[in-house]
Amino acid sequence: MKYKVQRNSLVDFLFKGLLLVILLLLGSCNKLGEEEVLISFNRDVRPILNDKCLRCHGGVKANGGFSMLFEEEAFGKTQSGKKAIVRGNHKKSELFKRLVHKDPDIRMPLEANPLSANQIEIIKNWIDQGAKWEKHWAYIPPNESVIPPEVNDQNWSKNVIDQFIFKKLTEQGFTPASETDKHTLIRRVTLDLTGLPPTMEEVQDFVSDNAPKAYENLVDTLLASPHFGERWATMWLDLARYADSKGYEKDSNREIWKYRDWVINAFNNDMPFDQFSIEQLAGDLVPEPTEEQLIATAFHRNTLANDEGGTDNEQFRTESVLERVATTYEVWQGTTMACVQCHSHPYDPFKHEEFYESMAFFNNAVDNDSYFEQPKLFTYSETNEIKVEELLQYFDKELLPEDKYDIKSPYLYTQKEALLTHLGHRFVEAETFDEASPFIEFDGGLNFLWQVQDSSWVKYEDIDLKNIEKIGFSISSSMDYAGEISVRLDSLGGKEIGRVKITNTKKSKEIVHGQKMAEFIASIEPVDERHDLFLQFYKGERYLGHLFYVDNLFYYEKEPLKEKYSTEFNKKVLELAKTPTTTTPIIQELRGEKARKTFVFDRGSWLSPGKEVSRGIPDIYDISKVQEPSNRLEFAQWLVSDKNPLASRVAVNRFWEQLFGFGLVESMEEFGSQGEKPTHPALLDWMAIQFASEYDWKMKPFIKELVMSATYRQSSSMNPEKTAQDPTNKWFARMGRTRLSGEQIRDQTLTVSGLLNKRIGGASVKNADVDISGGWRAIPDYVIQGDSAKYRRSLYTFWKRVNPPMNLIAFDSPDRSVCTSRRIRTNTPLQALNSLNDETFFEASQALAELMFEEVNQLEDRIKWGYFRVMGKDIDTKKLELLVQLYNETYQHYNDKGSDKDLPEIALKQKGKNKLTLSALTVVANTLLNLDEFIVKG
Amino acid sequence: MNVFDEADFRKSEYNTRRQFIKNCISGAGALTLGSMLGGNLFANNLLEQDYEKHERTHFAPKAKHVIYLHMAGAPSQLEIFDHKPELNKLNGQACPASLLEGKRFAFIRGVPQMLGSQATFNQHGESRTWVSDYLPHFTQAVDEVSFLKAVHTDEFNHAPAQFLMQTGSPRTGRPSIGSWATYGLGSPNENLPGFVVLLSNGGASGGKRLWGSGFLPTVHQGVQCKSSGDAVRNLRNPKGVDRILRKKSVDAINNINELEYQESQDPEILTRIAQYELAFKMQTSVPGVMNIDDEPAYIKELYGVTPGENSFANNCLLARRLVENGVRFVQLYDSGWDTHGAGPNSGVGSLGLKRKCKSVDQGMTALLKDLKQRGLLEETLIVWGGEFGRTPMMEARTGKNFLGRDHHNEAFTMWMAGAGIKKGMTHGETDAIGYSAVRDRVHVHDIQATILNQLGLDHERLTYRFQGRDFRLTDVHGSVIQDILSVS
Repeated sequence: MKYKVQRNSLVDFLFKGLLLVILLLLGSCNKLGEEEVLISFNRDVRPILNDKCLRCHGGVKANGGFSMLFEEEAFGKTQSGKKAIVRGNHKKSELFKRLVHKDPDIRMPLEANPLSANQIEIIKNWIDQGAKWEKHWAYIPPNESVIPPEVNDQNWSKNVIDQFIFKKLTEQGFTPASETDKHTLIRRVTLDLTGLPPTMEEVQDFVSDNAPKAYENLVDTLLASPHFGERWATMWLDLARYADSKGYEKDSNREIWKYRDWVINAFNNDMPFDQFSIEQLAGDLVPEPTEEQLIATAFHRNTLANDEGGTDNEQFRTESVLERVATTYEVWQGTTMACVQCHSHPYDPFKHEEFYESMAFFNNAVDNDSYFEQPKLFTYSETNEIKVEELLQYFDKELLPEDKYDIKSPYLYTQKEALLTHLGHRFVEAETFDEASPFIEFDGGLNFLWQVQDSSWVKYEDIDLKNIEKIGFSISSSMDYAGEISVRLDSLGGKEIGRVKITNTKKSKEIVHGQKMAEFIASIEPVDERHDLFLQFYKGERYLGHLFYVDNLFYYEKEPLKEKYSTEFNKKVLELAKTPTTTTPIIQELRGEKARKTFVFDRGSWLSPGKEVSRGIPDIYDISKVQEPSNRLEFAQWLVSDKNPLASRVAVNRFWEQLFGFGLVESMEEFGSQGEKPTHPALLDWMAIQFASEYDWKMKPFIKELVMSATYRQSSSMNPEKTAQDPTNKWFARMGRTRLSGEQIRDQTLTVSGLLNKRIGGASVKNADVDISGGWRAIPDYVIQGDSAKYRRSLYTFWKRVNPPMNLIAFDSPDRSVCTSRRIRTNTPLQALNSLNDETFFEASQALAELMFEEVNQLEDRIKWGYFRVMGKDIDTKKLELLVQLYNETYQHYNDKGSDKDLPEIALKQKGKNKLTLSALTVVANTLLNLDEFIVKG
Repeated sequence: MNVFDEADFRKSEYNTRRQFIKNCISGAGALTLGSMLGGNLFANNLLEQDYEKHERTHFAPKAKHVIYLHMAGAPSQLEIFDHKPELNKLNGQACPASLLEGKRFAFIRGVPQMLGSQATFNQHGESRTWVSDYLPHFTQAVDEVSFLKAVHTDEFNHAPAQFLMQTGSPRTGRPSIGSWATYGLGSPNENLPGFVVLLSNGGASGGKRLWGSGFLPTVHQGVQCKSSGDAVRNLRNPKGVDRILRKKSVDAINNINELEYQESQDPEILTRIAQYELAFKMQTSVPGVMNIDDEPAYIKELYGVTPGENSFANNCLLARRLVENGVRFVQLYDSGWDTHGAGPNSGVGSLGLKRKCKSVDQGMTALLKDLKQRGLLEETLIVWGGEFGRTPMMEARTGKNFLGRDHHNEAFTMWMAGAGIKKGMTHGETDAIGYSAVRDRVHVHDIQATILNQLGLDHERLTYRFQGRDFRLTDVHGSVIQDILSVS
């Protein structure tokens, strides 16, 4: 890109200058001849190969049997039987000969400009110096012996980070900017650590606190705030592609908000990043996993699922697994693996089959794109948990000694299920089937089986049918003879053990989710063991879109145990059965004969499986076969071990980017040879080692170190000279002036207007941003609606992938369909329209105006107060003048129009001239909330 | 590319706001403003010069604009364009086993019966093109278009197939064609988005991601506009703020931001000032363009508009107005073409598909005529089609009550017209029963390559670097359908 090129050429220039200095130094102590230069493969040769050669001699193509992606291939024999590179002798090296050949049909690169004389010289010298091969920097473990540079910075540095930054600044001829003013600093750090602005009191307290540790105390308070987790969860949820719906055509709802809360809690509890990673990738495989550890595995249940009629579940199951591999590598390794799905990586040392060896870790999960998204974890709210525990105790007490039995499970829901089965109360939601024919779908609210059609069927696996004499079906139907249900054993053509006719339920008084329900009972032939059960549906008098809705099944036992007991006891049984639960899809491993095999997909297509592969990690990571992880848990443990060169670097780069605006490696998602080089490689390595070893992967102390640095505390003011020399601020001669994220802008707006509902966690909420047109329209029952939902923080917004919240999308939020490492910030008129006119933003303007009106009396004081509340600092005279002028003109305008209907809604709460005052203040408040200084982090 | 690179560029161009605003009115600035709305600012690597000199393009463009009419749900080619008398003879017979071997279908199970066309075909125009009685208006326009009768795709479920058709990949996360077009070319009108999306009957099942900008900066995402209600989201001032007050407040915002700029020297503030002015202008310019009431009666009649609705006919007329005003890419989605025959109104017969065809026939024909009479057809490419086709077999989901067809990805019909596309041309052919494409097959990526080609863009050279790789609309596939391009 043109402007990129400028930047790069600047870098090149500086880089070459630096090189020259190094060379001069080397020249005095090196045995190499004067004109000969010590070539570094990574620094000098690899960029040439990447740019000019690998397209045809890389991972996708190896023309002439020659590839320079892997060392063994580069120095092996080519198609012609000769070696292309003869170490120490460029004259014998075909590689060199081809670069300078006179015949354009032989000269490389073919049909392109020849290499420059300088490039050819580099290759020549590299070969002559022994053609030493190096791994790309990112695959070499961080240098543990990085010593922070000694700098003469007149005590500018506050910690080690600053020493690294200062050294680079000096090299570039920069000096750091002065520390920013305290008003700006508290707003910056509060937004960065909690995603919310400081209150007026917090600003005043901090500004007047002259204690040497005032800033550190502030940072400690913010790190301990429960809003810390909310703010940092937002970063992680982009990576986790977290949303409340499944994507694709129907975009059915998915209840998975407990995972979001798990992320918030993990940040708030300062869960170490290694544990944080292991639990998300393999929480189900740790010994005796807790409910929380199972919920963590929902990280990889955020993949899209396709409920569209006529889809092949295996196709979309496979899609999900492939996506999980790619996402895992992007999140922990900063490595793009998606291209290795189809062929070896064109530029980085990953072989085609290595993708599938990694996939083998993930391919053995139970979930299979089924409608109900089994396996799921059922949990209770805190209140219901207590209730269920009490009920279980009650039954334990009431049950006669001969009826007692041992309930063994760490999970409350499983205990409940076991007890109810024991008591003979066996109630099953119809949608929990294990398999179904293509036509079976759910209604929009996911409450009923829908699209029940002639000959369609559902299957429930491994049902205990001992003592069952009847099965009841709770059904809604609008036809006198809607159809029939046939109950079959073990297969579709299996023995029919019961059948029931479904008739009109319009006279029923029992209404569930707007449907009139009635129970239809099928008598069952006695069966003794566990069986797979098939329900097949047949049409009755005619066909009308679909036959009927099925809500649930009830297995009636002959003489169930519960009947021995009192009415009171039976009432409690019902109560226990009906206590609502929250569900979360989780990852579970298939075991035994059900375990899946993994094959290499030819050209990445699941329809063309090739050879079988076993679990393993790419060779580039240099793990011996003996030590190679053998399951998903070990894979996760390897990711966050000191044997992996990348996870810590990638993680610290993310924290850095969140605070400073850009990563030290700008391409957050790509650390490979096609990504950007780190601007501060030594600092990156030092931080990576610090994070993993010194802080034991604890995120809070690491983030603290970043915000405690002098680098972070610098002023963000730009001066034209510095800006011209370093337009992207890559050397940090000042703090970045970064536009806030969509979430931060909306949350900040709600905060300063006093509207914010600070409740943390819980089910997703339907606020004004939720547009439910399109997709499966119904909002599920668990979603919080109404007033308490309206002003919650943005990360709780019920997120439909087909219709993502446009309020956030306008400010560059991803739609959460795929893992997103960084948001590219834009600046558009749609953002202006959003802040000016959006329903929530204008409500906030009115609420802020009302506060200004009520808190203070005089006009100027009101504006000063409002400005301080919004920006956390005092207004300067010129801005005050402009706002006073705006107020006066606006007031006059309302006065001239003279009608209530021209006033903002909130003004009507007042009487007489106060109406006009509040109206004009609303326009002033609306202006404040649109100022550049409000939507950027200064 | 990041915001700082962008800011750097702008900084060098505009030192003061006055200069900035002046530049916006004429010359380079005008171009830049357009680009912020979906334009080319980020694509200067390729094409930094003036579009008119064809230096923003890879070669001389034929089309300045594209109107893409997507029939979401997939219309049956066998009832509309692909005339198969042999199939009619086989009506009701069991489908030969050879056709089913190794095939996957969305809903068909077992051995289905062949289903003859429910429509009556006749030849029309000088080109003697077969079109059915489902599109009586369109029969008059056959000599304007090139039919692609052997289009095939990789997907047979709606959302993935729509993603493939609109973004080049069946998975989400890639930019749509309109985003690529504005990324490559910018947009000439500074007061309107460069990529506009119009929906009728509920839009498409792939949702908003179909016009998302994927990894391209979000300035390139399609902006959904409506002819009734809020033309663009948040375009209308809230209650209590009229146009005069909006002007006053935007002025105050910009004056204060200017003070802020003087203090912080952040060039991004200059962009924000321009964007607020643009937002203010859009508040009148967009509803102006979107208001079809001011069209003369004969034009309304020509299209068959329905006042106050977001109908397909209205959207066709809007599409003309938008390209007339310089919008680069107009994407229409009309929903409701999924004719499985699962109910009385969803088959390929007179209650289902025929009725559906009637709802688009007049509008799309009028669009061709109207553009032509204004001389705009020569510079506007029109594309018509669904995300896949329908089977020659009957789906029979519910017995034989209603006549429907299943999803079919091996052969279906699309058409293109205007901007350098041959007139009265038919490219490609299916077998005797319309099951397989047997001659001149055209893949989705070929369609995309051709659209970009008409815009003067080489689909292999229009790339964006992301995740260390140069991405393009057509992935590593696609070739321009040379046969339908006029020679001149």
